[in-house]
Amino acid sequence: MEFLAYFGDVFAPINFGLLLLGTIGGLILGATPGLSPTMAVALLIPFTFRLEPAQGLILLGAAYTSTVAGGAVSAILLKIPGAPANIATTLDGHTMAQKGQGARALQLSFLASAVGGVFGVLLLIFLTPVLAKWALAFGPSHLFWLAILGVTVIGSLDSSSVVKGLLSGCIGLWLATIGFDDIMGAQRFIFHSSVSGGINVIPALIGLFAIPQVITMFAKGRVSLDAEVLTVEKHPIRDAFREVFRRSRALSIGTITGSVIGLIPGVGGQIAGLVAYDQSKKMSPEREKFGTGHSEGVIAAESANNAMVGPSLVPLLTLSIPGSPTAAVLLGGLLIHGIFPGSDLFDNNPDVAWTFINSMLIGQILMCIFGLYVAGLAAKVAQVPNAVMAAIVLGLAVFGSYSVQNSMGDVYVMMALGTGMYFLERFGFSAAPLVLGLILGPIAEANFIQGSMIANATSNVGQYFFTGPLNVGLIAIVVASVAYSIWMELRSRRYTTKDDAVRKEEALS
Amino acid sequence: MTDLPRTQHIVASGVVAAIGVAVAYISYTQEPAAAFLFPRMISTVFVVLALWTFGKAVLGRTKVGNGLDQQAMLNILPGLIVALVLVYWAAKGLGFYTATTIVFFILLSLYDPAPHSEVKSWIKRVVITAGFLAVMYGLFAGLLNVFTPREIFF
Repeated sequence: MEFLAYFGDVFAPINFGLLLLGTIGGLILGATPGLSPTMAVALLIPFTFRLEPAQGLILLGAAYTSTVAGGAVSAILLKIPGAPANIATTLDGHTMAQKGQGARALQLSFLASAVGGVFGVLLLIFLTPVLAKWALAFGPSHLFWLAILGVTVIGSLDSSSVVKGLLSGCIGLWLATIGFDDIMGAQRFIFHSSVSGGINVIPALIGLFAIPQVITMFAKGRVSLDAEVLTVEKHPIRDAFREVFRRSRALSIGTITGSVIGLIPGVGGQIAGLVAYDQSKKMSPEREKFGTGHSEGVIAAESANNAMVGPSLVPLLTLSIPGSPTAAVLLGGLLIHGIFPGSDLFDNNPDVAWTFINSMLIGQILMCIFGLYVAGLAAKVAQVPNAVMAAIVLGLAVFGSYSVQNSMGDVYVMMALGTGMYFLERFGFSAAPLVLGLILGPIAEANFIQGSMIANATSNVGQYFFTGPLNVGLIAIVVASVAYSIWMELRSRRYTTKDDAVRKEEALS
Repeated sequence: MTDLPRTQHIVASGVVAAIGVAVAYISYTQEPAAAFLFPRMISTVFVVLALWTFGKAVLGRTKVGNGLDQQAMLNILPGLIVALVLVYWAAKGLGFYTATTIVFFILLSLYDPAPHSEVKSWIKRVVITAGFLAVMYGLFAGLLNVFTPREIFF
């Protein structure tokens, strides 16, 4: 119950102000099609430089939470998911809005998001310290395998092609080796002065997530957003409250599914929403109503995609292994403030860690309260033309990358990586494993070198890295995740990439 | 698979494979060997996967990724050129705020669906650009104290 001791810190005026700002801003950003939570958090990082670590994390955490929920606004009112996580919400939410039940759908989505989100953060609160203590048993070989696990799991599960997913991870691992070697001081792959100090993670993240989106908007050409915003009639909030808890089956399926999926590294929110929707449909006695504007569909999907948020941070805060691209971006935010997540985070920086986690708990409630009021405004923002959005994101990406260390080199790297990633994505490669490779590469290499030194002094390298129950267990998970993905790919039953998920959504509608 | 995506897949996977081979060559030939131990491991896997992908593309067995159609390429080209000019020359040459303002206005003019013949839509673009510049200046120069190259104006 240590977290209770730091609860008051969330309500310090500046902290609470940032929480409000992140929540309201995140709701609006989340409602904007094309601005994914990961990209929103990446673009926000430069704005945290001048803040205290806890304050910066509060802002990023609030933005993460509320962008996921805010995506429901455009999914319901415009039939355009604000983020891939909201695809399943579109199926019933928009039909409800077409029937004149837009307010009810929005209320149900925010209430279900809050319930799922609170459960997910509670899981984070109670699981993290336990796992952090357990993580003390991890030595260099285990941390090496864990880093490899992070890249391979996300590479195989988050991509529509296992080979291209793993290849993306390899590209990320290679990019992480550019610069000076930490031990020998040797130059590695320095082909341009911009990368002489290595690739800075923050500009890389901004480029990899923001620039492909900008180019995607260019690709659409001079088109106006044809989506019609449906009007929202008033609906008593008390009735929505009653309905959410009356539909407890959908709520619990969504919450539990989202939480479990959140704990698995590499499996994103879009999967949580779609799996929860599918399971809720299968278990419902009113399954024929799904897709026709049934409230259970909205409740299951929205509770799942917000329940995923808290657990997705467990591997990051306990083992410094980000389990998702957004967690990877948050890791960048932590490192910039000199905070190193891992087993000793709660011993060295308990105030930062607990204030951040507590703020996510309060943020869920604020998101629910403000979501209902900001929805109308957010739907209008969601109609901002592509041209304006592309130009704004490009401007923010250039200024944000430069502000990291006042270096033009970072801007060059951001643009080069972003442009390259856009074209790679068109050919089936994926940004998520590449980012994980870039972030986990130094962790993997440092532990590999450290492990090799220990092995040379005590046993042999093979024995050190390939024996012991934990090593074997981690290797087995790596192999199992790759094998499972190959099996699924061969059976052609997966729709895990963003494009595929959108196509699936279009097919379903 | 039609010829255009197939050719595109061959080119894309070929470029990735070439990078993989170059990384592996450098990793295995550069000294000190200890500094390149980890890159050697990665590059070995990198090359194997990249050649596998390239082989599949050559055989026309790539199933993932739609490539780019001609219309998308034509749509992207002007915006991408403007963005690249901003990043690799104008931002430093003209100053961040001046360059970003010009680029912002050009992008709006290129991609805004509002008709170019209407004076109203041009006024709207100028107002949006001015608003964007004010917000960026307020955020980065005022709030964050970021000192950007300020060449010609500010």
